[in-house]
Order: sequence, then C-alpha cells, then structure tokens
Amino acid sequence: MAHASEESTANREILAKVRPAELPRPSLVLNGRSFHWITEKVCGIVEEPTPLWWKVMFTMALCLAAFTFGGLAYLVSTGTGVWGLRSPIGWGWAIVNFVFWVGIGHAGTLISAILCLLRQKWRTSINRAAEAMTIFAVCCAGLFPLFHVGRVWFGWWLFPIPNQNGIWPQFRSPLEWDVFAVSTYFTVSTLFWYMGMVPDLATIRDRARTWWRKAFYSFLAMGWRNGNRQWCNFEMAYLLLAGLSTPLVLSVHTIVSFDFAVSNVPGWHTTIFPPYFVAGAIFSGFAMVLTLMLPLRAIYRLHDTINQYHIDNMTKIILATGSMVGYAYATEFFIAAYSGNPFEKFAFINRAFGQYAWAYWIMVTCNVISPQFFWFKAVRENHALVWIICLFVNVGMWFERFVITVTSLANDYLPSSWGYYSPTIVDIFTFFGTFGFFSVLFLLFIRFLPLLPMAEIKSVIPQADPHAH
Amino acid sequence: MNDHSPQDTQPRREERVFGVACSFRSVAEIFHAAERIRDAGWKKWDVYTPFPIHGMDAAMGLPRSSIPRVTLLAGITGFVTGCLLTWYTNSFDYPLIVGAKPYWSVIYPFPVLYECTILFAAFGTFFGQFIFNRLPRHHHPLFDVPQFIRVSDDAFMVVLEVTDPHFGNPDKAYDFLASLGGQDITLVRD
Repeated sequence: MAHASEESTANREILAKVRPAELPRPSLVLNGRSFHWITEKVCGIVEEPTPLWWKVMFTMALCLAAFTFGGLAYLVSTGTGVWGLRSPIGWGWAIVNFVFWVGIGHAGTLISAILCLLRQKWRTSINRAAEAMTIFAVCCAGLFPLFHVGRVWFGWWLFPIPNQNGIWPQFRSPLEWDVFAVSTYFTVSTLFWYMGMVPDLATIRDRARTWWRKAFYSFLAMGWRNGNRQWCNFEMAYLLLAGLSTPLVLSVHTIVSFDFAVSNVPGWHTTIFPPYFVAGAIFSGFAMVLTLMLPLRAIYRLHDTINQYHIDNMTKIILATGSMVGYAYATEFFIAAYSGNPFEKFAFINRAFGQYAWAYWIMVTCNVISPQFFWFKAVRENHALVWIICLFVNVGMWFERFVITVTSLANDYLPSSWGYYSPTIVDIFTFFGTFGFFSVLFLLFIRFLPLLPMAEIKSVIPQADPHAH
Repeated sequence: MNDHSPQDTQPRREERVFGVACSFRSVAEIFHAAERIRDAGWKKWDVYTPFPIHGMDAAMGLPRSSIPRVTLLAGITGFVTGCLLTWYTNSFDYPLIVGAKPYWSVIYPFPVLYECTILFAAFGTFFGQFIFNRLPRHHHPLFDVPQFIRVSDDAFMVVLEVTDPHFGNPDKAYDFLASLGGQDITLVRD
C-alpha cells in the first residue's frame, strides 16, 4: 500500500511538470492569406472576362442538355412506350436516374447542415459549391418522376390543388410522401443556399463597376450592410436553417427508400433501406463534390483554400460511407438467408448470380472495393487517382439503384411473368443529357455567383480571432 | 490621430445627419472598441465587419436574436397545416379506404406532416431574418460613405447614430471615437 501511494505521489509530481502537447489544428487556408486576398480570389472568378474554357464547356453542356430535352419532347409527343418500360418492369432508368440524382444532392446538405452543427470548419471552403450541386442535382432528379407520370400536363395532380375531378392526392402512398419530401428538400436547400450567399453578393455588389452588374448584384444582395446587428440575426437564422436541414438530409432519402420498402416486392421490402439509402446518398454525393471540385481547384488555383486537409476529410467520408454501403450489401444477404423466405432468398441470389449479375458485380467493385484505396495516404494525395476513384463511385452508385430497381421487378413471384429490361436509345439520351443540364446550371453558377463563401472563410482564418495577438 | 478636415466633419445647414463613422484596422481593435462603446451606455450604434466576429454580440451587449421564436411558430403552423390538409383531403372531403388504413391518423401521413413542419419553419426563418434585419433596403446613408465599400472586403467600421441620447453633437462623437483609436472619422449624412 505504502509503496503504491509513494508511486502515485511521484506520478503526480511528474504529471504536474508535464505540459500537454500542443496539437496544432490544420490550417484551413494555407500561406497565411489575408482577408483581401480571399475577396480578390473569389470575386476575381466572377469579375474576370469569360474564359475560353468556360465558353467551350458551356457550349458542349448545352448541346448535351439538348439530348435530355429532345428525349423528353419525343416522350411527351409519343408516349411512355418510347422508354424501355414493359411488364413486369414498370420502373426502369427513369426511377434509377431519379434516385441517383437525388442521392448526389445529399452531400451538399450534409456539408452545409450537419457539418455546420458539428462545427467542422473545413466545410467553409466547399459548402457553397456543394449546396449548388445539391440544388442542380435535385433539378435533374425532378425531371424523371415528372415525366414518368406519362401525361406530364397532369403533373400538378401530384399536389393538393383542387381539380375538376374533385379528387385529392392520396397521402397513404409513399409516392405522395416523396412529392412532399423532394419539393421541401429543393425549397429548403435553395433558401439556405441563397441566404448564405447574401453577404458575398454584397461584396460583389460593392466592387461592381458597370451599371448592370451593380443592379444585378444589388438586387440579389437585398441591401445587406454587414452590420453586426444584422450578422446576429443572420447567424441565428443560418444555424436554424442548418438545424432544419439536418433532419432533411436523413428524411429525403429515407422517404425515397420508402417508395421501394413499403411495397411487397422481394428485395425491396426491407427495413434496412432507409439507413442504407442515406449512407449511399452521402457516399455518392461526396464523390460528386470531389469530381467537381478537383478540376475547379486546378483551374482557379484554389490550392490555398481547398487544400489536402479538405481532400483528406472528404476521401475519408467516402471511405466510411462506402464501407457502410458494403456492410449493408452483406446484411441484406444475411437477412435474406435468415428470414427463411424463399422469395427473399431467391431475390438476392438472383441479384448476384442471375441475369443481372454483371450489374451487381460492377456495383460491388465500384462501391465496395474502389473506396478502400482511400485507406492509403499516398492515394489520397494523388489527386488524379482520387478523381478517378470518385468517378468509379459515381458509376457504382448508379448501378446500385439499377440493381435494386430492375432485378427485383424482373424476377418476382411468378416465373411465368419474368422479363428482362433493356433501355431504349431515348432512355439513354435522356439520362446522359442530364449531365449536360447539370453542367449548364453549374457553369452558370461558377460564372455569376460566388463559388466560395468569402465571409465564412474569412471568419475561420487566424486573423479573424479577436483575442489573437 | 484623426485626420479629418473640418469640411468633412461639420454638417452643412439644412442637412440631416445619420451619424459618425470611423474605421479600425484589426478585429482585436474593433472588438475592444465595441466593448468600450457598450460600457459607455450607447444603444444606437453598430459595428460593420466583413464577417461575423466571434463574441461580438456579447462585446456589443446585443440580446439573443428572437428568430427562433418565429421558427418555432412557423414550424407549429406547418405541422397543423399538414394535419388539416391530410385530414380535409383524405378524410373529410373525399374519404377513401386505402390499404385498410384509417381515414385519418397522425401515423400514415407523418412524412407529409414532417416535411410541412420543416418547410414552414424554413420559410419562417428565412423571411424572419430579412424582416428582422429590415431588408431589402437598397438606399441607406452608409452606402454614400466612401470607406463603407471596403467593409464587405477587409475593413472594420463603427457607426454611432445621431438618434442615440449620448450623441449630443458630432464633435463629441468624434472625440469619443478618436479616444477609442478610430481612424478616418467621417460624418454620415442622411
């Protein structure tokens, strides 16, 4: 006993001398940049003459987008038969594309809302672009269910608006929940995005030289004056919108997954769907953020504001959510085996080894295997490789939705009504065109709106601390 | 210390004054100046900074923003609206049995109620912020101050408003700002 107490006294003496190691936080903006540098950098993107690459990309994106609108015009003028949908597969590429694009959006909301609540300051340099990506992705997503209804001119029947038939939407249906979930998601994301942008629009307004520029940015900036009495309300509203968007991140893809999970189709009717869809959405969304931000970082030389620390964090989130998705695939198999339900068992064996095995294994390779490379620092620091892996993740997540949607419908209870789904050229054009549509919107955003949130980045650099010396 | 010229500081006849503005060079300087203005008992004044400074609300003695009340009220309105909407359409106006579920319960339309709550609360927060900040307002005396343009970039500014009982006359306000270390002290005309 005495020996022990002597030892503990000695330990205490040593402990009293030991100073905790100073763990420096990684710099969010490298090279000690000033407030003015940040303003010049971000406003410079909007103020410089339109670069040639932008004009070329914009023209290409417009041409690509024309395929979507051409495809949709053909669909409306002819009928949904021009898509590859036929019994028993009533949900084909359109629903796959819808889920794919909605999922992409989730990273933007995660970055802007959840990371804001968790005080992850590194979110500041990527949140604006990620939120823009969310909104444009939801625009692309919304096209598909809207046109999937067939007679798109009756699309407004989805909303509770009185109509000549005197009937109402039926709120017991998950498809109706989806209308509310996706439209709320789009609206709240847009409000959040715009409100966060107001102080930065005021900065561009104050620097504007030409009349039309001044008028355009003054209109958008709402007469923002940067007063602390304004900031006080602004910060509170921003925090509340972050708090309101947080349940949205989790609810939107949960409700999208209800479209499947509430039905009785084997392979769809599972309780794992909501968390599994949300993890997948964040996984694909972060891959898309990196797919967009790495080239932008190179073009605009944003290496000081989007540095290795940001890329490391994002790749680690991709690794974590990718592993969750892989775990979910394994759980689905286990539950199917454990359930003792022959239809459920068959659905999963059929996914992996049936007529769509090729799609299943593309999905597994891209989603489960490719992110595992992010365990290695050398891979995370090789940005070309990061970009390529992110492309694989994007492809893999599209295939995940394809596997879920199509395999379950193609081979359900009655073997006599089994089928095989192939897309038509109209399906293919319509889908690939949405990348053009997305790019058109994103390029316009880069050109006319502040790409990085200046006020937020300024507030996280060391000079912004009132107690620093 | 203060390099203002008399023409710049004296209000001309028949001219209304909004207040007196001055600049500070760093976050720490404006932070401490704000604490001293607060301690001197000023009420009608503001600090203009390119980004929200951490702790500035306390340094200025500002109360907590009341936007959360608007958010709560809007959220409750959204939930009730969702309930009324689903009840009226699916249970009152056109009752229909679907999937052996009740005509109305709080369970089956819950995703709709949930989304309506968030939607209304977000609109309440968004418009609440603009209304509480008295925006949009595209004309303001400060927009005529030449230095004010730099506030959205990297300048820090304090403005004492004429409506404050401590203001008295502009000279008194200049001296006070000069004693805080303010630079480029200028009159803001209304």
